[in-house]
Amino acid sequence: MSWFQNLLPPKIKRKENSEKKVVPEGLWSKCAVCEAVLYYSDLGNNLNVCPKCHHHNHISARARLDLLLDTESRREIGAEVLSLDPLKFKDSKRYTDRLSQAKKNTSEDDALVVMQGSISNVPLVVAVFEFEFMGGSMGSVVGERFVRGVRACVEQHLPFVCFTASGGARMQEGVFSLMQMAKTSAALTQLSQEGLPFITVLTNPTMGGVSASFAFISDVVIAEPAALIGFAGPRVIEQTVRQTLPEGFQRAEFLLEHGAVDMIVDRRQMRNKLANLCRLLLRTSTC
Amino acid sequence: MKLTFLDFERPIAEIEKEIEKRGLAQHAFSPGTVAEITRLQKKSESVTRDLYSKLTSWQISQISRHPQRPYTLDYIEHLFTNFEELHGDRNFSDDHAIVGGLARFNDQAVMIIGQQKGRDTKEKIYRNFGMSKPEGYRKALRLMLLAEKFSIPLFTFIDTPGAFPGIDAEERGQSEAIGRNLYTLTKLRIPVICTIIGEGGSGGALALAVGDIIQMLQYATYSVISPEGCASILWKSADKAQEAAEIMGITAHRLKAMGLIDTIIAEPIGGAHRDYSSVMQSVKQALLGSLEKLQSHSTETLLKKRFERLMEYGRFQESKTK
Repeated sequence: MSWFQNLLPPKIKRKENSEKKVVPEGLWSKCAVCEAVLYYSDLGNNLNVCPKCHHHNHISARARLDLLLDTESRREIGAEVLSLDPLKFKDSKRYTDRLSQAKKNTSEDDALVVMQGSISNVPLVVAVFEFEFMGGSMGSVVGERFVRGVRACVEQHLPFVCFTASGGARMQEGVFSLMQMAKTSAALTQLSQEGLPFITVLTNPTMGGVSASFAFISDVVIAEPAALIGFAGPRVIEQTVRQTLPEGFQRAEFLLEHGAVDMIVDRRQMRNKLANLCRLLLRTSTC
Repeated sequence: MKLTFLDFERPIAEIEKEIEKRGLAQHAFSPGTVAEITRLQKKSESVTRDLYSKLTSWQISQISRHPQRPYTLDYIEHLFTNFEELHGDRNFSDDHAIVGGLARFNDQAVMIIGQQKGRDTKEKIYRNFGMSKPEGYRKALRLMLLAEKFSIPLFTFIDTPGAFPGIDAEERGQSEAIGRNLYTLTKLRIPVICTIIGEGGSGGALALAVGDIIQMLQYATYSVISPEGCASILWKSADKAQEAAEIMGITAHRLKAMGLIDTIIAEPIGGAHRDYSSVMQSVKQALLGSLEKLQSHSTETLLKKRFERLMEYGRFQESKTK
């Protein structure tokens, strides 16, 4: 060993007990798909889309709203609605503990953030799911905030846009969660009566109770590239039918191919697309 | 019909076996044996009453899935006349896990849509275990709109483990099919009475369970996910299904207390399958009462009440500071 160490150029030589050089955390990120090593700042400037392979990484609800909405006159809706634990639910953990943990991890109170604002001067209300908050699951708070968003649209004659990212209904609230599927769908009938556009953007992943309620009954259904979208999870299906699932099953491209979504839109084009669609549906001019 | 006993009913099964053995013996009609059989029958009844007076949620979920439980077609046969089954979604195929059609109830034209399970293996496969595919929900949607067009009240019967989780179901838009039904039911301009007769399994059940009155048989269940599914996700072990069933609040009793359903329809002790005629009578009375109540309202009032009720679902608090 010693003869070898003597051969080493001084640059590589390590002093005994010397600490490993630490790379500051949060500086680099590796793309989950193409494994390209990227600067976090580069990724952030690119809306969390990998500049090399265009993989759409997760983006928090608030960051998305920030990138989407014009900077002036934003107003949050439904932030006053907060969770309860109607079943006193406890599995390996208490529901209340899971909620506190999620609040700590995300700095959000629940899995939906609703904001009134404008995109390229088109006034609207946008609701965005926070997937990092208990898997974006839909419970009473999500349902109520959604409804308050819709109500604001009806009152002020605005289009409603919802970005979904959810594993489905929140099990910890039992049938109360299931009923949010009916509640959200019912609210949308009012939007429809007023002739106001409703657009959904399905992002990775959109499953279960969110997918099977309002996600597909919008006027225009948009999906983000490669987003997993479906009713049942791939593992459940595999266990039920005992078949290997086809390549790309339940991905946005698969849904487009099967006629389930209108279009796939790159996150970097989303603002333009939404503004354009709203203007067309509202029959307003492009100025 | 020979009764099938559930695991927790073993004490009853054992007594019944004794009764059967004595009834088949050579001296079955001797006064001693008759007295013994009567005594055992009394015992069986009291054991049943005892077991059924303290059922756990898990046991109730077993009863809701009992293989001899009355299914939608049994209710159609006993409660309705002039049934004309209507088939197909006009787009892809006819889903046998959902049956529907026009019929007469108390001399009035009604539309019936219900989920149907099978009894024997062959029929179970034919009915896909009561798990609908998109074409089933789309057939239901077609019949809802047909009923609305002719101002015919709608009765739905819910009994499914859930919507079918399969490749073909996903390809044809299972999510859209369910979502479309929820949306349509919330604004359908006719009285809608939903009766949960067995398993109310998640979104697949909800797709037929949005209406003006939600009633539920005493030993039926209604849940956001099956107790087994919940246990395997949250406890990471399907063995915890009993615990999950208890905490999820899936029984008629709990759901009524939480205001999520309107009426509980009593079942005979031992479950609906023990006495079809008594269950049919109870369900008929409940349907008659509900229909009468709804038909006293104008369509606008009906829709307003339905909408207000839907908006009230959920438990949350409001912070004053935000």
